[in-house]
Amino acid sequence: MSSDDGLIEIVNVTKAFGTGERRFLALGGVNATIRKGEFFTLLGPSGCGKTTLLRLIAGFELPTSGEILLDGQEIGHLPPYRRPVNTVFQNYALFPHMTVAENISFGLEMLNKPKAEIASTVERMLALVKMSELAGRRTDQLSGGQQQRVALARALAPQPKVLLLDEPLSALDLKLRKEMQVELKRIQHETGITFIFVTHDQEEALTMSDRIAVMAKGNILQIGSPSEIYNAPAARFVADFIGDINFIEGQVVVAGEKTAQIRLPGGQVLTARASRPVEGPVTLAIRPEKVGLRHADDDDVPLSGTVTNLVYFGSGTNVHVDVGLGADIVARATAPKVALGDRVGLDLHVTDLSVLAE
Amino acid sequence: MAKRKGRPFDLKSQPGFTQIAWGCVVFLYAPILVLIAFSFNANRSVVRWTEFSFDWYVAAFQNEGIRNAAIVSLKVATSATLVATTFATMAALATTRTAPFRGQGVAFGIINQPLMVPEIVTAVVTLSFFALVKQITGLTGIGYLILAHTVFCIPFAYMPIRARLEDMNLTLEQAAADLYATPFRIFRRVTLPLMAPGILAGAMLAFVVSLDDVIITLMISGPGETTLPIYIFGQIRRGITPEINAVSTVLLGVSVLLVSSFFLIGRKKA
Ligand SMILES: Nc1ncnc2c1ncn2[C@@H]1O[C@H](COP(=O)(O)OP(=O)(O)OP(=O)(O)O)[C@@H](O)[C@H]1O
Ligand SMILES: [Mg+2]
Repeated sequence: MSSDDGLIEIVNVTKAFGTGERRFLALGGVNATIRKGEFFTLLGPSGCGKTTLLRLIAGFELPTSGEILLDGQEIGHLPPYRRPVNTVFQNYALFPHMTVAENISFGLEMLNKPKAEIASTVERMLALVKMSELAGRRTDQLSGGQQQRVALARALAPQPKVLLLDEPLSALDLKLRKEMQVELKRIQHETGITFIFVTHDQEEALTMSDRIAVMAKGNILQIGSPSEIYNAPAARFVADFIGDINFIEGQVVVAGEKTAQIRLPGGQVLTARASRPVEGPVTLAIRPEKVGLRHADDDDVPLSGTVTNLVYFGSGTNVHVDVGLGADIVARATAPKVALGDRVGLDLHVTDLSVLAE
Repeated sequence: MAKRKGRPFDLKSQPGFTQIAWGCVVFLYAPILVLIAFSFNANRSVVRWTEFSFDWYVAAFQNEGIRNAAIVSLKVATSATLVATTFATMAALATTRTAPFRGQGVAFGIINQPLMVPEIVTAVVTLSFFALVKQITGLTGIGYLILAHTVFCIPFAYMPIRARLEDMNLTLEQAAADLYATPFRIFRRVTLPLMAPGILAGAMLAFVVSLDDVIITLMISGPGETTLPIYIFGQIRRGITPEINAVSTVLLGVSVLLVSSFFLIGRKKA
């Protein structure tokens, strides 16, 4: 996809709350392009500014500086009711004095759509979220999952250019949550609407998204597809936040075009993938399932050490190996034939070993 | 009992609890029951029961003094309620739906001031202030009484409305804005319908408070502005008559009706 697919462009957006002593920078210069029709996820720990960014796009907050463009038009300073963007709120925020159908038709009425069109759209939305039987119910008589569906239908009915979802699944129990993840993907596929989804659950982000933006402390650290984020984390924080990972510190000795040779404190030299020229002290990262277990006396194993711990977790076992680098390196295998105290070799393939930008 | 084990202190099991509770109920309600009973007494006496009749209600209704007082009461209470509820609604919106502003606490205090200052003080102050205004403008009329009632009705109307607004989920209004409702339509379609029970409850409370007021009314009301409580007060000095019992029973009925609806409406979920 080329960058002119950009539907929403967030350009150098900052957001500060409070003034003077109590001024707090919730967003410190965020840049992102969200493409038409994609499922874009904002992922990050609590307090990193996900909700703030979403509220800026929805219009509930105004940016302190920077621009928000929708289809090339600056919308950052429009009130919420002038933006073709709808929100699914975390607590659903359904109107308690209206029925399910009245909730769904609200946006269409505010847009002064003709009656017949409203009626047919409401019916279509009810079918889309499988709530047709409950159209006449009051919303306080619905279960959490049902309220969720109504909130979704209500936000989709006016056919927004972008749908914003702020942790919409976090109030649901695990089973329902998994179900709704599948539902959400289906609905996004059927409607073709661009979704911007907020979560702090990395697994949810990986399974649902087309692209993920990982945020920390008011900044976006990396934007990429789930596999890019998982396999080629750009920063230590990203690597650490998503799944388990091994970090190895070292010094660059030879910097190549796409790879670099790094000398570890113990003298061993590893070859790692580097997306840009690197120098000096760096951190390498590799996922446990990418670390191969070999015999200690095999040729060309770059690292070897002693097994210090074996942790079984159902689908596999984590083998902790002390290679003399301070922290153990963890290798994940389905049925490793090793015992505590064994000497093993570790295979770290160059494509799985990446140099982190600090 | 297994149930009591979990509760280290259960008031209900303390000695004398039941007796004290019943004592309170009797002292509170026995006089009211006596009053109601004797309003239906055929005899002129308010201590000796003879037989059941509606005579005193008929007499009260035909008594021109009572009729006029009732009309004045209704006029004052209705006007004061309407104006006070309108102001209270605006005040409640201003104190809950705007960004916190400097002096919010002071504003809150000022709105509730009539609840805290002894009524007799308010009455005296209002009397002398109105005397001054009357002297300067030369205006007279029932307007002064309505104005005085409006002032002390505002906090009573304000409290349930404010409580209702504070209970209301702020994201509901944001959701409406998100769904293309302009600020006016948000108010019309979301805020107002959701705060309506609070407004109604506030209005009923204000109405009852105005209907019952004695001290301020006694000071402010001019000739021909006798309200029901003032009329009763005047009559009682000449001895209690069953006619007064009948009027009091009707007043009581109206109050109970309004206050219980206030609780029923107020309890309806936001
Ligand atoms: N109205 C506000 N006034 C002051 N500070 C605020 C305001 N809203 C948010 N913040 C601060 O901005 C930071 C980011 O908040 P935000 O709600 O965007 O976090 P989040 O990433 O959504 O977190 P969570 O996962 O907990 O929802 C937080 O430190 C928060 O305290
Ligand atoms: Mg949040």
